[in-house]
Amino acid sequence: MKTIFDRSINGRLSPYQLESLANPRDFLPGGLIRKTPPDLPRVGELDVVRHFTGLSKRNFGVDSNFYPLGSCTMKYNPKFMEQIASLNGFTDLHPLLPQLKGAGLYTQGALQVIYELEDLLCRITGMEAYTLQPMAGAHGELTGAMLMAAYHNKKKNKKTTLIVPDSAHGTNPSSAAIAGYDVLTIKSRDGIIDPTALKQVLDNSVAGIMMTCPNTLGLFESHLPEIVDLIHSVDGLLYYDGANLNAILGRMLPGEAGFDVVHLNLHKTFGTPHGSGGPGSGPVGVNKKLEPFLPISRVVRLDDGQFFLNYAYPDSIGYIAPFYGNFGVMLKAYAYILRLGREGLLRVSENAVLSANYLRKKLEQHLHIPYNRICMHEFVASAVEQAKKGVRAVDIAKALLDRGHYAPTVYFPLIVKECLMMEPTETESKETLDVFVDDLVDILMKVDRDPETIRKSPQNTPVSRLDEVLAARNMQLCM
Amino acid sequence: MPYIPHTPEQQKQMLEIIGLGSMDDLFQDIPDHLKPRSFDLPPGKSEMEVTGFLRQLSSRNSTGLKSFLGAGFYDHYIPAAAPAMISRSEFYTAYTPYQAEASQGSLQALFEYQSAMCRLFDMEYANASVYDGGTAIYEAMMMAVRHIKRRKIIISGDLSPIYQHMLKCYTKNLRLELKVIDHLQGLPMMENLMDVLDENCAALIVQNPNFFGNILDYTEIFAHCHKLGIVSIASVYPVMQSVLKTPGEMGADIAVAEGQSLGLPLNFGGPYLGVMTCARHLIRQMPGRIVGKTKDSEGRDGFVLTLQAREQHIRREKATSNICSNQSLCALQALAYICLMGPSGLQGVALKSMDLAHYAAKKLTDIDGVRLLNNSPFGNEFALTLPVSAYDLIGELVQKNFVPGFPLGRYYPGMDNCLLMACTEKISKQDIGILSELIRGIIEG
Repeated sequence: MKTIFDRSINGRLSPYQLESLANPRDFLPGGLIRKTPPDLPRVGELDVVRHFTGLSKRNFGVDSNFYPLGSCTMKYNPKFMEQIASLNGFTDLHPLLPQLKGAGLYTQGALQVIYELEDLLCRITGMEAYTLQPMAGAHGELTGAMLMAAYHNKKKNKKTTLIVPDSAHGTNPSSAAIAGYDVLTIKSRDGIIDPTALKQVLDNSVAGIMMTCPNTLGLFESHLPEIVDLIHSVDGLLYYDGANLNAILGRMLPGEAGFDVVHLNLHKTFGTPHGSGGPGSGPVGVNKKLEPFLPISRVVRLDDGQFFLNYAYPDSIGYIAPFYGNFGVMLKAYAYILRLGREGLLRVSENAVLSANYLRKKLEQHLHIPYNRICMHEFVASAVEQAKKGVRAVDIAKALLDRGHYAPTVYFPLIVKECLMMEPTETESKETLDVFVDDLVDILMKVDRDPETIRKSPQNTPVSRLDEVLAARNMQLCM
Repeated sequence: MPYIPHTPEQQKQMLEIIGLGSMDDLFQDIPDHLKPRSFDLPPGKSEMEVTGFLRQLSSRNSTGLKSFLGAGFYDHYIPAAAPAMISRSEFYTAYTPYQAEASQGSLQALFEYQSAMCRLFDMEYANASVYDGGTAIYEAMMMAVRHIKRRKIIISGDLSPIYQHMLKCYTKNLRLELKVIDHLQGLPMMENLMDVLDENCAALIVQNPNFFGNILDYTEIFAHCHKLGIVSIASVYPVMQSVLKTPGEMGADIAVAEGQSLGLPLNFGGPYLGVMTCARHLIRQMPGRIVGKTKDSEGRDGFVLTLQAREQHIRREKATSNICSNQSLCALQALAYICLMGPSGLQGVALKSMDLAHYAAKKLTDIDGVRLLNNSPFGNEFALTLPVSAYDLIGELVQKNFVPGFPLGRYYPGMDNCLLMACTEKISKQDIGILSELIRGIIEG
């Protein structure tokens, strides 16, 4: 499809042309003015609308396709949340307003949203306090790691290392490193953290551990109580990566289980849309130990019911974001939690886990499932048998696209070869799951009969298999 | 239950296939003593109730204020078609385009966004966004540190103090030295900056227009950086960039921006858009997603995420950044805005805003005791020195539905009487007239 730059016609005027009589030279010496106007598309409004509509048709999304992308929780995004987030009373608010004298009065509704969402997240995870500033999950991880560092610095603990299991998301070791820690990877056993392996590396230099529970194999970390005791025995801290919270909503509260710091992905667990890769929101919750270090500002409620921004936290790590985080995303998650309530959230985890196990059972005859036991919200299958016949996980993924399903997460976690990580979520019907199973089984049958067709997929998508090596070599990153 | 399609009958069938007797059995791996002592949440509500409640909350925020508040975040007009384009659910309900063949819409749009940013800033490469303008500066700084392997960073004191706070927070444990060179009357101290630049420095960070609204040319100091191997980083205001000398023309190695002015609502602080562009030689240090053009197996053009060997899911603790989700949908909205405005539309917005700001500056400096903080060129924002406290003045005017600007004393000690004031094309000369009379009334009594 043509780019919007290719649609540009010299002389075509924007409908938003302003009749400005001003000339830049009225305000600025020539040396401060750009030599030529930027060469941006000159198109009409309908050109833009046709272009974007055309592009949108070349995309899969949850509204149009089953999207079983593991660890991403691609659930349905209820429409009323979009409507709420577009109310002018929220969208028009300048973030500096509550920092001005007397103007905090004009943002009470927005501050209340932040205050109450923090409270709900505390109740959902058993933590003492939250910051909503982190703008995505990985940003939350970094914030969490920085909070851990602030705790240890305050106590004058000499800590250099964060432990990350090999089943962790790639963001975990990366966030730990960016926060200034050495990363120590420990091997899992039977798909979960092995306390013996942990004991072997544990010493006083360990600042803590970053855990995802259930982990990326979809398995609950059943040695959790022992791990909590081990880490706390060296005054280490336990970090809970909430990417997979959907599985345990109301079934375990990370705070009660012994975690000291938690990040959530509002765009995963709380139904806010993923936006082609963001904006997300990655709130971080802490227990009493870490509360003094939370980023500023924090929203507090005064005795008279007014909300205001408090910056007076001497031990705070400071500014993680310019303001209060991705407020537009928070609004949607707040609406989602209010809508579902206690019972609704309990039904979420229950049905997410039910659907994942149903899918696992339906596929176990057809695909190798390395840890084939009761899983949580997702499970990992492996195409090792198919790979021996020349059809790899990526080929199966592409063949699924041809049948109108987005693909599972492939080649992650790294500890399972040729893996396909599937997360159906609670919002997909049994009928959808059955069609997916039929289509996947059909693909797997073809591995023997007609592997070439599978290797050549996709054919029904707007483009066929794309050459990633060529892209990296040519480095054509803009036009 | 809302959004859960399984009927009780289906749940039973599914449990049978799994081989379990009840839903509770699904959680058998969670030890009993880890089960929640309480799960104290309110009962669910209907969509009508939740919507009604949030409408009520939104009405407790004021939308009727006449605002001259900017400080890096600007209330420009957003054509209806810009948000309409990204309300296509094929965009907003998709995720990071891992499966390129099923994500050509997002990928091509992000490629076009990267192209538009390169053209607006005159830079060679762009990424597909980071979280916001502040994290963009932080990431740019880390690009420099990795590239040149030095640990000292020079920051001009007229860089947004909000971003200065962020940089301080992010580098606390990184053994980097951040050196801030104080501004003088809202202007960068070019000579002092020149003096401290040496072969121990990794980067110089400046802002244009600076926090006080002044427009500057950094060509000379960037050339000096170049000689010393120092990476020059400029943080800019994208809409103004349609008129101003570009970071590329000045020789910047990295140009970043808060992209909010490109058609994104103020939204009480987010979601915004971290724009990142760089010169060719730094692309391997670029963090985050980058979209590249390629061919499919039949020779047709297509787009993929590329240079992924920099990223966390491959390199883990050795990645250039930990960023995974970014602000893609905001990037798409910025692209739609840019396309709707076109080059002359963008320039119109910039010039109209500048025109109004100059009108306002003239009106206000007519008042006794009110003068510009400095006499250097400015765009759509300027700093005034008042005979009264800016914080208190704002407090009085807010009650009359006017927000005259931002009190510089909030971040700069000794500037309690300084007010930072911005105009966009949404302000009218009439509003400026009323505001200046109100201010005159307060000051002249």
